[in-house]
Amino acid sequence: MDTTVDTTAPEGVWSGGNNRPFKASYGKMMMWFFIVSDALSFSGFLAAYGFSRYKFVDAWPIADEVFTHFPFAHGQDLPMIYVAFMTFVLIFSSVTMVLAVDAGHKMQQNKVIIYMFLTIIGGAIFVGSQAWEWNTFIKGDYGAVETKGGKIIQFLNKDGERVKLSSFAADLPETRITQEASEGVWYQSEAETRTTVSFEEVKAGFLADKNLLIRTQYLDKNGHPTVLSRAESEAKIINDGKLVVEGANLRHNEYGHPLFADFFFFITGFHGFHVFSGVIINCIVFFNVVIGTYERRGHYEMVEKVGLYWHFVDLVWVFVFTFFYLV
Amino acid sequence: MAHAEHNLAIFRGTVKFKSNVQKIWGVFVFLSIITIIEVALGIYKPTGLMTPFMSEFEGGFFATLGNIFLSMFIYMKPLNLIFIVLTLVKAYYITWDFMHMRDETKWLRRAVVWTVIFLICYLVLILLLEGDYIYEVYKANFIKFDF
Repeated sequence: MDTTVDTTAPEGVWSGGNNRPFKASYGKMMMWFFIVSDALSFSGFLAAYGFSRYKFVDAWPIADEVFTHFPFAHGQDLPMIYVAFMTFVLIFSSVTMVLAVDAGHKMQQNKVIIYMFLTIIGGAIFVGSQAWEWNTFIKGDYGAVETKGGKIIQFLNKDGERVKLSSFAADLPETRITQEASEGVWYQSEAETRTTVSFEEVKAGFLADKNLLIRTQYLDKNGHPTVLSRAESEAKIINDGKLVVEGANLRHNEYGHPLFADFFFFITGFHGFHVFSGVIINCIVFFNVVIGTYERRGHYEMVEKVGLYWHFVDLVWVFVFTFFYLV
Repeated sequence: MAHAEHNLAIFRGTVKFKSNVQKIWGVFVFLSIITIIEVALGIYKPTGLMTPFMSEFEGGFFATLGNIFLSMFIYMKPLNLIFIVLTLVKAYYITWDFMHMRDETKWLRRAVVWTVIFLICYLVLILLLEGDYIYEVYKANFIKFDF
């Protein structure tokens, strides 16, 4: 009779009989060891972020100045509020997950269904928020100029506030020639995207408006970006300015060092991918709960295993939040 | 599933919950409070926490040794130190109570936690030292790169 409801792994999974190492089932323990290896992947990413940040420690963008947006609150400076919201969503979906696991222990199918559903909703909100955050980051905010050496210079008015490139750029006649293969310029293809203003327009507009100043990406000893004097600013843009950067991609980043954007895309992307796959796995388990698979199996260990994965995703976010947004 | 016994006490036994569900909500409240503190500190950045508590020791061997042992207080802003400590506290409660590490056997716990902590500390140590070294090389080199 004991064998009708097998509460551990299927027979023969642990070769050598019924003893269970660490009193854990095969699946749960392997989930733990998967988490160990995945934790090392993430710490590899975060440590590499730390490496690059230490390498350019005096010229690293300040996250507070980069992530200042909140949906539907245009033009307001709200640093970190949205990330905090995302963190709460993820922690709360962790809570509903652990409540589902608890209900599973007690074999309460309906409660498991409700809590799993809430967890999936929370995960979906988080992934959506991340998509919005990426979109805002890629589109950019004020725009900046990249120098010949690949450094970023940003523009301030006399009150020390950032100004948009389009607000001061001069309107020069268009001199751009569309290059096509039919004209034999096969080696010069079109740029993938065009900026709203050209560098020459920014330069002319900057030189015309005496109130504008340039801020470099180098931090002074108080940790604020260095602001150049008017004379230095003019010299900087005339001698070093090269191209306009609006938003961020893997090669150019208006907020500062391109590596900042690279790590942003890779770390939050890798984490977002985990959340996404977590939502998918949660959905599969959710439907299994609904059709009563685990009720028939006699235990809800699958919910527990997917729960471990889900909590791990939350755990990683706690670290990403700290090292990307706070420190 | 045979009912695993849940350990319902947290904070080294000072707070005991009546049921597992209550404990989950208790831990949630605790994690929320920590997150709110982190966000508030991150937004307001109190000036008193923006410069390291101690300055570097000058001198010979023992000064260097002191710098190494107290490096967290000498080379790090107190604010960042607070963030890291709060993060580790959060990680502890997520792992111990949400992932039920508290209820696992001692050696499963150690096999997972010790391995991860050792490897991550090692990785972080070498990468950060190397990053700092390259920073110094850039700063003191003979090649102009700020143009």
